[in-house]
Amino acid sequence: MRQHKLALCKDHFLEWIPEQTERFIKKYEMFTHEQKILVAVSGGKDSLSLWDILVRLGYQVDGLYLALGINEGINYSHESQRLSQKFADENNLKLHVVDIEKEYGKNIPQLSVISHRGEGRPCAVCGLAKRHEMNRIARDLGYDVLATGHNLDDEAAVLFGNTLNWLSEYILRQSPVLPSSNGLARKVKPLCRFYEREMTAYAILRGIEYIYEECPFADGSQSIFYKEALNQLETARPGAKLIFYLNFLEAKKSGNLFIEKNVEMQHLHPCPRCGQSTSTPDLCSFCRMIEKANATSTLL
Amino acid sequence: MIAKLILRDKEYESKPGMTLLDALKKNNIVPESVIATRDGEMITDDEILRSGDVIKLIAVISGG
Repeated sequence: MRQHKLALCKDHFLEWIPEQTERFIKKYEMFTHEQKILVAVSGGKDSLSLWDILVRLGYQVDGLYLALGINEGINYSHESQRLSQKFADENNLKLHVVDIEKEYGKNIPQLSVISHRGEGRPCAVCGLAKRHEMNRIARDLGYDVLATGHNLDDEAAVLFGNTLNWLSEYILRQSPVLPSSNGLARKVKPLCRFYEREMTAYAILRGIEYIYEECPFADGSQSIFYKEALNQLETARPGAKLIFYLNFLEAKKSGNLFIEKNVEMQHLHPCPRCGQSTSTPDLCSFCRMIEKANATSTLL
Repeated sequence: MIAKLILRDKEYESKPGMTLLDALKKNNIVPESVIATRDGEMITDDEILRSGDVIKLIAVISGG
């Protein structure tokens, strides 16, 4: 793990991930051992690993699988449901299964066609339905918290996309914890500081069987494009994704995410020597450099 | 004998003696996007590839 300058053997890596998850749960005050947690599982590496980790940490956690009815190509929904159920059965865990078609009479691809949302791709409808149903089930079944398996790559890709498009409202809303409000369940992302590569390694080393194939509609999606771009950056500058996300959280926490123009201008004053605006006290940086250079050359 | 890298249904070739990291870069595979295994065991980026190696690459990116 070049971003942490850390190399661990299998056993220590499998200990390190849950330990760090516990640290993040406490740091961001996500939930306590007394609360009931519902983890949204998709059959993928992140959500099944999250379920595994939370159970190992001793939390009260059940699973929720949403059957979306995406069975093009590889029978995606059937296979992901089978793997989610298999994980639950093997670990004696409770999995709630909600079938969108049984609830609403249409599956996700059908709803997408009928509603004309998403320019021929069901991803927008899928995201909308998942958010709605996860909230509804968490609230109806009396869970305190809804946990999702979003990892750092997911979060960095969303932040990157929102920044490229300057979607300030979305940027301000992004957080490891979204408090409950107006019928919305409290949402948390305990894996938000782990790289996608770390979570893949965890699932493989832990022996978790997950759906490896992508959703047939994910090919060419914007989020995957952003992830690939960020991975290019990460390869050249190890730690870039982590710094991008953590500095964002820090800036948001300290109130420095968006600085008002007039607040910024208040600190500027004319340099007493050259008259150009500067934020440094007294002389501007350039005049100070020249002054220092002149003083040094006098000494030589 | 060459070392072979397999990612999904694609095969790539590499010279033995190179590190995995260099082999990935040479084949235009972004190292951050994959995890490598040899004989079912995960290997790290600094592992030296051996003659006849068959390295299975697991894509890590998911989402849509």
